[in-house]
Amino acid sequence: MDLSTLLTVVVLAVFVGFEVVSKVTSTLHTPLMSGANAIHGIILVGAILVAGQAAEPLPLGLALLAVLLATVNLVGGFVVTDRMLHMFRGRTQSGNSDPEHGA
Amino acid sequence: MNVLPSEATALLYLAVAVCFILALKGLSSPRTARRGNLIGAAGAAIAVVTVFLSARLENLPAILIAVAVGAAIAAPIARRVHMTQMPQLVALFNGVGGGAAALVAILELAAHDGAWVRAAVVFTLVVGAVSFAGSAITVAKLQELMTTRPVIFTGMRFAMTAVVVALLVAAVLVTATGNLVWASVLLLLGLAGGVLLVLPVGGADVPIVISLLNAFTGLAVAASGVVLDNVLLLVAGTLVGASGTILTRAMAAAMGRGVSGILFGAFRGGSTAGGGTVSERPVRASGPEDVAVMLGYAQRVVMVPGYGLAVSQGQHTIAELADALEARGVEVSFAIHPVAGRMPGHMNVLLAEANVPYESLREMAEVNPEFRNVDVALVVGANDVVNPAAKTSPGSPIYGMPILEVSDAGQVVFLKRSMRPGFAGIENELLYSPKTTLLFGDAKESLTRVLGAVKAL
Repeated sequence: MDLSTLLTVVVLAVFVGFEVVSKVTSTLHTPLMSGANAIHGIILVGAILVAGQAAEPLPLGLALLAVLLATVNLVGGFVVTDRMLHMFRGRTQSGNSDPEHGA
Repeated sequence: MNVLPSEATALLYLAVAVCFILALKGLSSPRTARRGNLIGAAGAAIAVVTVFLSARLENLPAILIAVAVGAAIAAPIARRVHMTQMPQLVALFNGVGGGAAALVAILELAAHDGAWVRAAVVFTLVVGAVSFAGSAITVAKLQELMTTRPVIFTGMRFAMTAVVVALLVAAVLVTATGNLVWASVLLLLGLAGGVLLVLPVGGADVPIVISLLNAFTGLAVAASGVVLDNVLLLVAGTLVGASGTILTRAMAAAMGRGVSGILFGAFRGGSTAGGGTVSERPVRASGPEDVAVMLGYAQRVVMVPGYGLAVSQGQHTIAELADALEARGVEVSFAIHPVAGRMPGHMNVLLAEANVPYESLREMAEVNPEFRNVDVALVVGANDVVNPAAKTSPGSPIYGMPILEVSDAGQVVFLKRSMRPGFAGIENELLYSPKTTLLFGDAKESLTRVLGAVKAL
């Protein structure tokens, strides 16, 4: 990636990030934190690439540790966020557990 | 395997980045939030499948086992954790993500000889290590494995300066030479920096630190995208960095303090130190029956839950009390201070768990003008977030913090464990006001007694 492409992507991502996150309701700030947390678990992609190229035992061991840690971050983050969001129900829904109707 | 041409890989990564943006966008309303998160998870799954198909990877069985073990560790923890422990869990997941980014960076160092990419390696390494170590201390503080007070030792300021200087020297050396030994030193210095950064932060300010470290890990992942020449990591990391930054600033504003004041406040003696003295002035204490009468015959009641409620696990009882009052025709809502609980929005999650509909959860700005029409404000396990000293006494450590203006309500009822001041260690004048009634005891027990009395009315 050359410098100008890099800067283009970063600047646009920063603006999208600010724009999207500033619209998040403060009621959902905890799920926002854990959801954003899950998203950076995507470092798993990098960890897999590095582990796939490792030839020596030590780098391989460290890379596999990175894969493990990143998976914990990614899987745990999305699962716990889903669990939290599942609990947010509207008034019309609070009596029954059918998420398809009401709200 | 190498079945995917690089164009297809790039397009799939773009689709994943869009999924992540939609995941964050969904959080603008509780109605769309869950679907958004599932879209994000689907995006992550696509990304992982794509990476396996995009490049020739050695060690495939070992990698798959590591992924399986990671998932097998994380999923049960995420399913079982108590909602009160959410801040610890978020900090934990954040820390391991930072650690993974640091490891990826150090392993990639040998593969690059351009100074520009090496600088990105150095950045990922340091920020990932700071995030890992800082999160570890944060988890220890929140889980009360160590003191929640600010930890300061003599020479700490010197130690911090020394670590920062050494970090800069090592960073320059690694960027110039790509030497692995120096990179390892850099990693250790990053870990030390993370510890020193979080130790002096007081328990009440820890949530802001979680948010800040979340932003740090995001930036580390973004920089690792530069190292690995991977646009997805770059975009996802930048998104998280931006969201963490916004949230950190919003939280600091909700506490009426700057981010640097929170991080370095303990050095200047301005942090939430705790302590304080108990005054001997008279207060009006009463029994659960009196409180039940006040609530049961009111028209509008606003409940103000604080961390004391979460500690006593009383969120289900307060929800039951709200139901019982609504059955009597009382209009009930919950006023949520942005920093109620132990992380931003924490109290909303705790009340949602107790089946309180999200329409009943009111934000501070929305509910403050309405307090003058409220008959009874019921403050449960909260103190600093309703303390008028934040508006009236410029010398107070919480001066400038936006508060819930419960003193505008007709009557105020505090359910409190004792007269001890809250986290900020300042007395609350409102407790001595003639319109205030106190009911002493553990929040959950008091609520249960009031609930029983309301049902008996």
